Amino acid sequence: MKILRASRMDRCIGCHSCSLACARQVHKKFSWNAAGIRIKSSGGITTGFEASLCLGCEPAPCAAACPTGAYSQRKGGGVLVKMKLCIRCGKCADACPVDAIYLDEVGEPHVCIHCGQCVPFCPHDCLELREKQEHVCVGGTCDV
Amino acid sequence: MSEHTFRVCIVHLDEGKAEIVSFGDRNRLIGGSGLAAALFEKYGLPLEPWSHPDQPLIFAIGCLTGYFPLMSKVVAGFKSPYHDQYAESHAGGRLALSMRFAGFEAIVLRGRARVPVAVHVGSRAIEIKDANYLWGANVFTTGRVIRRAFSGSSGHRSILRIGPAGETLSAYACINVDTFRHFGRLGSGSVMGVKNVKALVVSGDSDMELPGPDPKAYAKLFQKVHQDMTATEMMSKYHNLGTPGNVIPLNELSSLPIRNLQQTRDPDAVGISGEKFAEDLLIRNAACAGCPVGCIHVGMLREQFQDEHRFQIRQVSYDHELIFAVGAMLGVMNASHALALMDEVEKQGVDVMSAGVALAWATEALQKGVISLEETEYPLAFGDHKNYLEALWCLGHGKNEFYRTLAQGAMVAAKKYGGEDFACVLGQEMAGYASGETFFANQSMSFRHSHLDTGSYGYDQKKHDKDAAKAVAFFVEDERERVLLTSLVSCLFARGVYKKGLLAECLVSVGLPDLAASMDKAADEMQRLRWRMRMATGYEPEKTTVPKRFMEVETWAGKMDQAYLDDVRSRYAVAIRDLGRPVEPGKG
Repeated sequence: MKILRASRMDRCIGCHSCSLACARQVHKKFSWNAAGIRIKSSGGITTGFEASLCLGCEPAPCAAACPTGAYSQRKGGGVLVKMKLCIRCGKCADACPVDAIYLDEVGEPHVCIHCGQCVPFCPHDCLELREKQEHVCVGGTCDV
Repeated sequence: MSEHTFRVCIVHLDEGKAEIVSFGDRNRLIGGSGLAAALFEKYGLPLEPWSHPDQPLIFAIGCLTGYFPLMSKVVAGFKSPYHDQYAESHAGGRLALSMRFAGFEAIVLRGRARVPVAVHVGSRAIEIKDANYLWGANVFTTGRVIRRAFSGSSGHRSILRIGPAGETLSAYACINVDTFRHFGRLGSGSVMGVKNVKALVVSGDSDMELPGPDPKAYAKLFQKVHQDMTATEMMSKYHNLGTPGNVIPLNELSSLPIRNLQQTRDPDAVGISGEKFAEDLLIRNAACAGCPVGCIHVGMLREQFQDEHRFQIRQVSYDHELIFAVGAMLGVMNASHALALMDEVEKQGVDVMSAGVALAWATEALQKGVISLEETEYPLAFGDHKNYLEALWCLGHGKNEFYRTLAQGAMVAAKKYGGEDFACVLGQEMAGYASGETFFANQSMSFRHSHLDTGSYGYDQKKHDKDAAKAVAFFVEDERERVLLTSLVSCLFARGVYKKGLLAECLVSVGLPDLAASMDKAADEMQRLRWRMRMATGYEPEKTTVPKRFMEVETWAGKMDQAYLDDVRSRYAVAIRDLGRPVEPGKG
C-alpha cells in the first residue's frame, strides 16, 4: 500500500491548502490543525516550511501504545483508525516519535491515513503517494 | 451570541484587559471593510486627533474568510496620521486565518499601554507582555524576538510588528505582517506606535465545525473554487512574474513613473523588470495562508561585506509597487540595488510607496536647490542607492527636522521647503502608474487614495472617449464591487474568479442565503458607510489637488488634458459627497 510523503517541502509556499483539505475532506473539520498533515514554519517564514505528518512506521509505535485497538497496524506503514474504539487517552500522540498526531480540544486524535486527498490541493507538487522504499523494513536493516 | 453577529475581541491596553463582544449583523455589514467601518462608527472619535488614546485600531475579517481560497485578507480601520481622517489598509500573510481560528472576526486595540508591550490574542489566551526592551528594534529583530517570546502555534499564528518609523510616528509607518506582507499605506504603524504596541501576535489555535447546512456540498464547492483559482490565467499572471511583470508593459506605454515622474519611459527599466528579477534574483515564492496562488516573490540579496569573498544573504520580497517606488522613481535601475533598498524599507517599517516617492521629491528638491545638504545630510542623487539606504534610516528614525517633516508626507515637506509642483502626491504619495488623467483624478480623491480603490489605471490603458460622467460612474460602481470583495474579505487578485454568481453560491454554502440574495444592497450600504466615516472625520474632496508635475506627463495617449481631469474631479467630488451623505434620522 502506498503512503503519503512530503518529499519536496523545499517548494512549499505555506498556503496550508493541504491541511485545510485534509481537515475538510477526511476529518470533517474546518481547521489547519485537526488534520493528518500540518504545516509549520521552521523559525520564521524566511527559513521555509516543514510538514508534520505520519511517516508510516512499521511497526507503528502509536498502534502498539493504543490500549483499545482504535489504532492498528496498516499494511505498508502507518495505522488503520477506528474512531469508535477511541477513548481519547492520548497514548498514541505520546508514542509518536515525530509528533504527527494532533489531539484536539477534547483529546480526539487526528492522524494521516495515507489516503492522498491532500495531494491535488498542493500547488507546488510537494506531496506524493508512493510505495515505501523496498529496503525499509523492521529494524531499519535489510534482510541479508 | 446570535449566529449572525460578529465575535469581536476588544483589548483595553490601558487596563491590561480584554472584553469579548457580540457585534453587528453579518447580513448587513458582511465583514472586513464593512465591519471595520461599523466598529469605527461605534468606537471611533471622529473629532479627536488620530493619536488620541481612545481611538480604535481595528483589524477585521469577513464572513467568507478562510472558508474559500483567496479569502485571505484582513482590513485595518483607523484614524490615519497621514490626513487625520478615517482610513483603511489591507494585508494578508497568515493573519486572516489566524484570526478565524482564534475565533474573532475583529480585534480592536483601544487605549494606550503604559509602557511598550506585545499583545497576544488566541482562542484561549489574551496576554499583554512588557516589550519595552524591543523599543527601537527594527522589524526583523522584533519578529525574531517575538517568535521566541511567545512559543507555540508555529505556522498557525501571525506576528504583526512595527519598526522605528512606527515609534517615531511617521505618517506613513506600516505594520509588518509575517515578514513579507504589510498594512502598508496611511500610517497604521504609527497608530500601533502611539498606543505603545510593538507587536501583536494572533494564534489560530482552535478547530471548528465545517460551515453551513450541508458540509458535503460546501466541500464540493470548495474544490470547484480551488480548481477555478489554480486553472485560470490569474495563476499565471500572479504566479509567474507576478506584478513585476507590469514594469516593461508600463514602460512601453510611457506610464512608468521614473525619477520623480520626470520621465515615464526609459530603456534602462529593463534592469528592474520582472523578467530581470525572476532570472537573476528570484529564489522562492510564498503565499498567504489559504491561497494556493502564492504571489509573493522573494529575491535573494547577496552582498559582499568583506574582502576574501565574505558574503551575507537576505531574503527580500518584491512586487511592482516596490520596484516602482525605490527603483524607477529613484532612478535605481539595478535590480540588486533596488532589492537592497526594499530590505531597508522593511527594517524601518515605512510604507515603501510613500518612502520612495518622498525621497524622489527630496532628490529633485536638492538638485533644484530648494533644500540643501544641511537638510538631507547625504547627497541624494537619482540612481545612487547607497545614499538612499542612509536616507531611509534617517526617515525611519526621524533623524533631523527635515526627515521628521518628510516622514509626515512629501507634500508636508514641500509646503514647508518649497517644490509643491513636483511633489508626486495624489491624496498620498502616488502609486506606480502614470497612466493618465483618469487614474490621477481617481487616486487623488478616492477612499484609500490607493491604486486598488478602482481599476482606473486600467481604464487609462485602454482607449476611452474622455467622458467624465462615464469615468465617475465607473469609479463608483467599480468601488462598490471591490467593497463587496474587501468585506468578505477576498484578495483583489481573485476578482476575476469571484463573480457575483459564485459569491452567492459560496455565501449559501456557509449558511448565509439572505446575504447571498442581498449582497448588492449590502455592498452599497457598506460603500456609503465607509464614505460617511471618512466625511465625519473631516474629508473635503474638493480640497484635494493634483500637482503640476502630473500634468507634464506624456503617455502613449499623448499629453494630459487639464479640462478632462478637472471635469472628472469635480464630478467625482459630487459623487463622493452623495456617497458620504449623512443618514437621515430614522433611516439608519
